Amino acid sequence: MIGVLSELSYWQVTSIRVAAGLVAVLLVAGTLVYAHLFKMVSFMQSRLGPMEAGPYGSLQLAAEIGKFLQKEDIVPRRADRFVFKAAPFVVLTSTFLLLVVLPGGPDAWFISNDLGVYLAMAVSSVSVIGILMAGWGSASKYSLLGGLRATGQLIAYELPLLLAVVGVVIQAETMNLQGIVLAQADGEIFGWGAIGNPFILTQFVGFLIFMVAMQAELTQTPFDMPVAESELVTGYMTEYSGLRFLLFFIGEFATAGVFSAIAAVLFLGGWYVPGLDPSDNLLNVIGPLVLFGKVVLLTFVVFWVRFTFPRFREDQLQRLAWKFLVPLALANIVVTGVLKVVV
Amino acid sequence: MMLAAAASGGDLFVAQNVFFGAIALVMIVSALRCVTTRNVVHAALWLVLVLAGAAAQFILLGSEFVAVTQVLVYIGAIIVLFLFGIMLTKASMGDDDSVAGEKRLMAALVAVLLAVVMGIALIDSYSDTRLVIDEPQRFGEVSDAIFSQYIVAFEAVSVLLLAALIGAIVVARKE
Repeated sequence: MIGVLSELSYWQVTSIRVAAGLVAVLLVAGTLVYAHLFKMVSFMQSRLGPMEAGPYGSLQLAAEIGKFLQKEDIVPRRADRFVFKAAPFVVLTSTFLLLVVLPGGPDAWFISNDLGVYLAMAVSSVSVIGILMAGWGSASKYSLLGGLRATGQLIAYELPLLLAVVGVVIQAETMNLQGIVLAQADGEIFGWGAIGNPFILTQFVGFLIFMVAMQAELTQTPFDMPVAESELVTGYMTEYSGLRFLLFFIGEFATAGVFSAIAAVLFLGGWYVPGLDPSDNLLNVIGPLVLFGKVVLLTFVVFWVRFTFPRFREDQLQRLAWKFLVPLALANIVVTGVLKVVV
Repeated sequence: MMLAAAASGGDLFVAQNVFFGAIALVMIVSALRCVTTRNVVHAALWLVLVLAGAAAQFILLGSEFVAVTQVLVYIGAIIVLFLFGIMLTKASMGDDDSVAGEKRLMAALVAVLLAVVMGIALIDSYSDTRLVIDEPQRFGEVSDAIFSQYIVAFEAVSVLLLAALIGAIVVARKE
């Protein structure tokens, strides 16, 4: 793979990466919607879910996309046209930028440098601007309230998310996600190196904090105050229809996939398969699939929680972030730092 | 353009200069729109473009850490806080005539003064410094510099920020 890549010119490599990025966003979003939102939840609620379009409802997604594409693109009369129309694209841009740091194999990466997880945390906060644009631009009180709630929540949970990552960074001694995968692949558990050392074992507290904060960042139930349908219709998405609603929808599920992929890389060993040499060419082919499998596993947990727990109240939500998760994450950093120096 | 060309010394970085010019143009237009628009939310959104442009310029200079920090702190936190505050208090849709007005002349004067002072200071101290951009600056170098050479300044800034934080809480709780 590296031989092939180094023979290609810059624009060829770039086109391959753009195509891979599109596939990674659309395929992951599609899989999550079909497997989790349509089928898994249906089974949990003792029903079959979509069964009509295609065998076992497998073409339901295509039908949904077709439906959204034919709908009229409505802009409310008092809305700020440009801000209203641009907002979904800002949110989706943030998703694509997040994807850029993810490694899929020893040579299958978009960018591989020191920025890594720091860049991911920085660009994930850009989506907040898109949400605020949507909330304000719609000229609707439901949208505005939803946007404000979303912002308050995303600011609050960005902190534990970032702090949970710091423990992993201390242990791996790098912010490069590729380096974090290799650190786990080369690691040993008390001298036993057969499965490497996935950081979920040593950073279990960090993993739990990351998963809770991720659930909140994705505004999935129990953290779905911003789109609380019984109070705010659908929050900042209320006034959107057709293609632009579809963009928000894709953004939501693709971001769930990308965040789960980051969690998989940080805590579950990423694309590495125990027993293989980390520089094995084979891993460039099966690595992305392994990572995809871990993403499906983690998003299963996200959607499981989503359809199990009732919604938090705003004060409960803020108290959980500031009074519990942040101190716990700070304690985790201190313990990790001390152990790193002592051991 | 001139500055970037001069800073790179003898051999011109053509691509860098082209992108510097393009980004600088976007930044200037956005900055002007930011201060001339009568809609407060629009002004904040134009400011996003200015700050994103600054981050892009940092990447062109090879300092990725500063670029990402620019995005995280300014776009991700400060602008979001601006927008949050504006929308929480006064989120009128159309233009707002109470914005700016008679203070324009004063603001323009301050801006010109600041540009002159900073321009002279920068040209005076860096006009014959040659910037070497062989490869991006590594994170490790930045943190090594912060925690050895600049440790006193770093600690002073931390104490200052902490004081501001405590001050904000005290002001907010007074009733």
